Amino acid sequence: MSERFDTLVVGAGPAGIAAAVSAAAAGQRVGLVDDNPAPGGQIWRSGASQPAAARSLLAKLDAAPVQRLQGWRVFDSAEHDVLRAECENECADLFYRKLILATGARERFLPFPGWTLPYVMGAGGLDAMVRGGLPISGKRVVVAGTGPLLLAVAAHLARKGAIIAAICEQASVRRLIRLAAHLVNEPAKLLQGIEYSAATFGAKFFTGCWPAAANGREKLETVTLGRNGKLWDERCDYLACGYHLIPNLELPALLGCRIEDGFVTTDDLQRTSVADVYCAGEPAGIGGVELALLEGQIAGLAAADKTEEAKKLATRRRRSLGFVRALREATDLDPRLKTLALDSTLVCRCEDVSFGALRNHANWRDAKLHTRCGMGACQGRICGAATEFLFGWSTLSGDSGIRPPVFPARVSSFTTSIALNEKETQ
Amino acid sequence: MRETAQTIALTVNDIPVTVAPGATVAAAILIAGEPTRRSATGEPRGPLCGMGICFECRATIDGIAHQRSCQILCTTGMKVRTG
Repeated sequence: MSERFDTLVVGAGPAGIAAAVSAAAAGQRVGLVDDNPAPGGQIWRSGASQPAAARSLLAKLDAAPVQRLQGWRVFDSAEHDVLRAECENECADLFYRKLILATGARERFLPFPGWTLPYVMGAGGLDAMVRGGLPISGKRVVVAGTGPLLLAVAAHLARKGAIIAAICEQASVRRLIRLAAHLVNEPAKLLQGIEYSAATFGAKFFTGCWPAAANGREKLETVTLGRNGKLWDERCDYLACGYHLIPNLELPALLGCRIEDGFVTTDDLQRTSVADVYCAGEPAGIGGVELALLEGQIAGLAAADKTEEAKKLATRRRRSLGFVRALREATDLDPRLKTLALDSTLVCRCEDVSFGALRNHANWRDAKLHTRCGMGACQGRICGAATEFLFGWSTLSGDSGIRPPVFPARVSSFTTSIALNEKETQ
Repeated sequence: MRETAQTIALTVNDIPVTVAPGATVAAAILIAGEPTRRSATGEPRGPLCGMGICFECRATIDGIAHQRSCQILCTTGMKVRTG
């Protein structure tokens, strides 16, 4: 199958939906491709109670003349104006004049002893599982890692009946106050509010604290928490641990978009360094839903040549960038987190490559060639970010750069020459 | 729990599981108490990211291997195999 669009949007989270709706309203023929069962992205997962902003935008999407390819995964860029995608039983070439990348973010995971045990999950990971039908009522959960997601997850799980044994934020209280300063005028009060609201659902809130180990035989039984050199064990059914978010850069990198300091470089109109390719939302800087919606609108309008309208919104966007920087500083990882993994601790979960097997390699490429680190099913999506933090390796640029397919795909999806066949018959 | 209009019945490694509509196969696997897979060195594993990135939740669903179970919704009569 092959489809032609004026504007193709990759990713149906807040940024992607906003982009698709804006471009369609401006008269563009729009395609929206996304690999989840339903639109909304990770933040507005279906099956859960949706905030009003989500319901309103999803309703606009339903009403808009947007061709939706839900459950489709983009895995290659065959030529400069076409992406190749596959779903459960089909593949397609998606042609575009303008491309908007709204590929979202994932959680960053760091290795520590026991982190591969079943029932140790991401913070957003456990939240997604619960939204996906996992019963959590009566289960003891430790929520850990860093970033605003932790409190949101803890509050949601508590509402669903979970017993939140502890919330552990790796950042120091000083950093959190600095972040809070960007949110309200009285940051200390905001922090007290956080501690208070944590207390109201029975949770202890620790700063400068993290899981040093997860313990159990075939599954998680206890978590060893550490704070200022003091260690203690907490019994729990789930450990929900994620170290903030990292952008999904595989597709922007494959297309050759300039990436600086871990994010896609964009101008005021969300244009990347590649002609006709735009980027909106978390890949352009982790800033949350409101900023993603704004950037999506800007990108959608800019792609439809509504430059003046896009510029007006860009002024609003610039005001939010201070928060992006503050969030980045607050979630900066404590270097002591580098010391948690033992030589026997696995870093690459797909190929079972240990910290000890990796630590003497010079770079990501060297480690891949010698140990198969990052060469399993997830293609380094989990261990790549971990090695960037642990060893300072660069996983997306230079010799170690990304190659197609950006997601594992069926052999038949590579060998089907859809675009070529169509060109010959035209 | 018997299947009603509001629930979906399926099996995970022949263990009967009942879930709410909209539940993912990964949730059904956890409800059944089964690991999703064994790692290269034989470790039991379960879902990690919940969003189709980590591939820890891959399972055989209705005979199709290596499906990311967190991205697929349960349907009545579905047969899931893990490990």
